Amino acid sequence: MAVAVAVLRHLAPLGPRIPPHGCAGGRLLQHRRGLRLSAAAAIQVTVRDALNQALDEELERDERVFLLGEEVAQYDGAYKISRGLWKKYGDKRVIDTPISEMGFAGIAVGAAMAGLRPVCEFMTFNFSMQAIDQVINSAAKTCYMSAGLIGVPIVFRGPNGASAGVAAQHSQCFAAWYGHCPGLKVVSPWSAEDAKGLLKAAIRDDNPVVMLENELLYGVPFEMSEQAQSKDFVIPIGKAKIEKQGTHITLVSHSRLVGHCLEAASVLAKEGVECEVINMRTIRPMDIEAVEASIMKTNHLITVEGGWPQFGVGAEICARIMEGPAFNYLDAPAVRVTGTDVPMPYAKNLEDNSVPQVKDIIFAVKKVLNV
Amino acid sequence: MRKMLLAVLSRVLQSPAAAAAAAKPASRVMVASRNYADFANEATFEIKKCDLHRLEEGPSTTTVMTREEGLKYYKTMQSIRRMELKADQLYKQKIIRGFCHLYDGQEACCVGIEAAIKPTDHVITAYRAHGFTYTRGVPIREILTELTGRKGGCAKGKGGSMHMYAKNFYGGNGIVGAQVPLGAGIALACKYFGKNEICMALYGDGAANQGQIFETFNMAALWKLPCIFVCENNRYGMGTSVERAAASTDYYRRGDFIPGLRVDGMDVLCVREATKFAAEHCRSGKGPIVMELQTYRYHGHSMSDPGISYRTREEIQEVRSKSDPITLLKDRMVNNNLASIEELKDIDVAVRNETEEAAQFATTDPEPPLEELCHHIYFNEPPFEVRGPNQWIKYKSGS
Repeated sequence: MAVAVAVLRHLAPLGPRIPPHGCAGGRLLQHRRGLRLSAAAAIQVTVRDALNQALDEELERDERVFLLGEEVAQYDGAYKISRGLWKKYGDKRVIDTPISEMGFAGIAVGAAMAGLRPVCEFMTFNFSMQAIDQVINSAAKTCYMSAGLIGVPIVFRGPNGASAGVAAQHSQCFAAWYGHCPGLKVVSPWSAEDAKGLLKAAIRDDNPVVMLENELLYGVPFEMSEQAQSKDFVIPIGKAKIEKQGTHITLVSHSRLVGHCLEAASVLAKEGVECEVINMRTIRPMDIEAVEASIMKTNHLITVEGGWPQFGVGAEICARIMEGPAFNYLDAPAVRVTGTDVPMPYAKNLEDNSVPQVKDIIFAVKKVLNV
Repeated sequence: MRKMLLAVLSRVLQSPAAAAAAAKPASRVMVASRNYADFANEATFEIKKCDLHRLEEGPSTTTVMTREEGLKYYKTMQSIRRMELKADQLYKQKIIRGFCHLYDGQEACCVGIEAAIKPTDHVITAYRAHGFTYTRGVPIREILTELTGRKGGCAKGKGGSMHMYAKNFYGGNGIVGAQVPLGAGIALACKYFGKNEICMALYGDGAANQGQIFETFNMAALWKLPCIFVCENNRYGMGTSVERAAASTDYYRRGDFIPGLRVDGMDVLCVREATKFAAEHCRSGKGPIVMELQTYRYHGHSMSDPGISYRTREEIQEVRSKSDPITLLKDRMVNNNLASIEELKDIDVAVRNETEEAAQFATTDPEPPLEELCHHIYFNEPPFEVRGPNQWIKYKSGS
């Protein structure tokens, strides 16, 4: 019976064909699903500018919001994310801190407990390890320990994961570490719209939110719809997005590697393999239902992430799929594509082979589909 | 005959206590009929001078205490003492479990501080928090019920000994030293909102060696945060004496560029005056200040520490007999005609009764319902499903 069903599924007509978009060099265009939206008012915005806009809009909207971190004020931000904000809002709202992660993260959490809405920047999430006690034990757990008496409306944000040539101590991905803890919300944007919508949602959320950005994406332009340009555009935390519809296999990813998945999908489309690409957007709470719905359609799953394999985001997705209704729809074991299980090396050839490349994703797809 | 009868009658009406218990000494009879108008309204007291660091002047060495204030401080300190001793008892009966860090001996610290600040000011401390939880407004019953892990506890049984909170009281923090940056952050909010509020951030002599405290000192001084850093120096960080833990035991100087005072933490009036001084310093925009309270805990570090392997019974006994904060206050009040021994004994009885009632409630209140296990994971969030120990057990998370 199951075999018959499987055969029938393969004979079913393929889903709506989406015209593949070319990906030239480093420029990635946002893929659309379904009908083409009116592109008339859409503009190209880099992730950096999208984050800057989000911060500017939220600082303006709510005077309890303020930004603190190293170099965020007079330097305009180590990666220029907060460019122009100190000039516009002044010392009270944009605060340069000394190099004291544990101290200033704790100060930010205390300020949140007392009614402010801080955005605490870590220059990279590698440095958040020095402050991780404040993020977990002070921020994440306090609402629970106080039985709801004390909320902590704070955002911890900054670049996460691999960059380029910065070596082992500056390249770790913390999605699995923060995603592990109840009481936190963890988001991981890919496109400019993701960055803007998720940061605004994070700032408006009454809970501690860890926002894992990616340094290599900061300079990348994406198409931003007219709707996304609005000052009230927020993306709901906890909802994944289908970046490209497909029927043969589901690729689930977050952050920069969503782009890699889309590139792999466009190469594979030329060979007749239609991949469905899901952008998780949120690590916790995870939208596993979106993945399940996709698997029930495609019957195959590959997770793609930059972090290490052991206890990673992909491992969690696979475990949850095992436990849920989608397991019975899998025609092959779920597969993970991850960073290589090694501290990040420096030499370019070694570094290139320490993070998933498009060819690694394509190889995995062909293995899973046995083509 | 009638005169004799009248004399007997008047004696009987005048002192029924004496008539009932003929064994009572004569002085007792006199006091029982004494009028409260016989007491003084207030008295002036000399208090110990504080050691100063980077300060030209310190708190006043004399202070006035009214009878009303004295009775309030006495009742509060006695309530904390009784509550902590009751917790000790309940712990030994295994009705309280886990960690239990008792505050008896240190009562003058929290009571003196509360006497000098406003309810709109903010307080945050570490895990030896029951005293502050009480002075910040949580009744004994809710504290004991939290310790016994029942639904009537101030944190609904979710927190336990180390995680009790109230309005403008941020716990109850289990990670040594982490509460100090939090306190500076609360002070930053005070400055930001501009309502002239301050924050007391307390830590112990053990925590004083934490790096994050020095990071906090730096930022608090740089940004002139209205934060009073209070080191409750009870001479031992768990089992390690201050001499074995700190290269400098002058905790009031450890803020370096931040001015500091060293205060007799066993004298509630000394603590009150010092706190008033420190609060004024902060409210006037001068920035943070450090206050070291020299105090003592009678119990060990926690209930699993007998407290006599690293200090002698003689030392504990000496502090009890010479420096007990409640005894000090009692003697002051009685010797200065602010209250009578009987009146204070009545307060003792009332406190004992309240504590007994609270303990009774704490031992009979039911545990929190299992349905609430996953409530309050998030703040102000629509309900969602939470995974239990296996995939078939699911809890609902409410806010």
